[in-house]
Amino acid sequence: MKVEDMPKDDANALEGKTSFIQYAVDKDGNYVQEKSPGFEPQNIALAQAWDEVKERTASALEEVIHGDKSPIYFFMCKEMMDVKILAEYMRLPRWRVKRHLKESNFSKIDSKILQEYAKVLSIDSNDLLSFEASKWR
Amino acid sequence: MEIETIDFKHSMAAHCENGVTSNLLRYYGIELSEPMIFGLGSGLFFTYLPFLKLNGAPVSSFRPMPGRIFHRINKVLGIKMRVSRFRSSPQKAMQALDSLLAQKTPVGMVVGVYHLSYFPAPLRFHFNAHNIVAYGKKNGQYLISDPIMENPEWLSEEDLKRVRYAKGTYKPKGKMYSIESVSQEYNLPQAIKRSIKYTAMMMVKAPGPVIGYRGIRLLAKSIEKWPQKYDSKKASRYLGSVIRMQEEIGTGGAGFRFLYAAFLQESSKLLHSDKLATLSNEMTEIGDLWRTFAVNAGRVVKNRTSNGESYHSISEELKEIALREKDFFTQLYQLKL
Repeated sequence: MKVEDMPKDDANALEGKTSFIQYAVDKDGNYVQEKSPGFEPQNIALAQAWDEVKERTASALEEVIHGDKSPIYFFMCKEMMDVKILAEYMRLPRWRVKRHLKESNFSKIDSKILQEYAKVLSIDSNDLLSFEASKWR
Repeated sequence: MEIETIDFKHSMAAHCENGVTSNLLRYYGIELSEPMIFGLGSGLFFTYLPFLKLNGAPVSSFRPMPGRIFHRINKVLGIKMRVSRFRSSPQKAMQALDSLLAQKTPVGMVVGVYHLSYFPAPLRFHFNAHNIVAYGKKNGQYLISDPIMENPEWLSEEDLKRVRYAKGTYKPKGKMYSIESVSQEYNLPQAIKRSIKYTAMMMVKAPGPVIGYRGIRLLAKSIEKWPQKYDSKKASRYLGSVIRMQEEIGTGGAGFRFLYAAFLQESSKLLHSDKLATLSNEMTEIGDLWRTFAVNAGRVVKNRTSNGESYHSISEELKEIALREKDFFTQLYQLKL
């Protein structure tokens, strides 16, 4: 890759905080370190990954509104976690976390455990206890 | 505990592990460029693991296991390092960090990026193989040199503990590392020869179908089958994941190929080898092929065209790359330096 062909596709992936370091060949044929704001395919793939997170979060919200899933499930999807990761953060066996994701079991969860969930999911425990769907749409 | 800041120079790098290694070595008086660090650490690699899933897509990786670069470079340069993990005791992990900082030792750490508060939000996924250096502490905040960031950053004790104990695939488990002593009498030409041999060996001689050029070939064959095996969404997600591994933060472009070409160029000058200079140019060409592959794969992802035709054509591109790399690393392996 030549310096003049360096990709300059800025999709704000770095929020102006930094830039990507890349290596390219200058006009004398020597490799130099250059800064790049981004590369189109990389930005496409990144947008795809975020679209998927958004889709998953939106459909999780519907399931909570429907009364199938507990609010924990919604925040788990929002935090891009799955049962495995969430259980690891909670230091609980997966089967217990799975149960907590069902609306029917939600009211039985011990308040200490709920607080721990709130901490792990970076929310206030009130967001779980009095879940307001409109806030998260 | 208040710890004075260590006189440590932060500099950016394409790849976090190179950057951390090079910043640490510089502190101990060994000044090496990022490509040199990368090459000496045998950072170039490829593996495709269809049976292992990361974020719901099969793993393709352009780098060896995290920590390998630091390990290899210390081996070829004869540097003594200490590496420790604190599997279940974050408290101990933080105390151990503090006591090293108090001795004015900058400390490298493996962390997850998801909860890394200063990191650009669009890049914060559950990815646990990031490397940073702590080199100071003030008012409960750690001074962090993160090679991806332009400037040093502050991170709270709570946040640092959280990222050192990130969960998911490849948990860091509080892993930290530092340099115990360096010998200024390392033999750079010797180290270069040794690491080139090692990299080439991994790329062409590793047994099985998943590592080196064979891994690239296997990935090419899989890509061809994705539109038949999966719905268009899943196929395009798998492809998107390959692009991200190749181009997202840390590879310096084209899955580290340009970094390696830069290393070969620098080595050719040090060893006065025209053959290495030629091979560096060839590596650049291969890097350009990877870039073209990414552009075309990006189009497939963007258009959501899941016709077999488009997947077939990028698969052919990748097969060509596999052949080129087979030839390239065979030459490099047989090279008498």
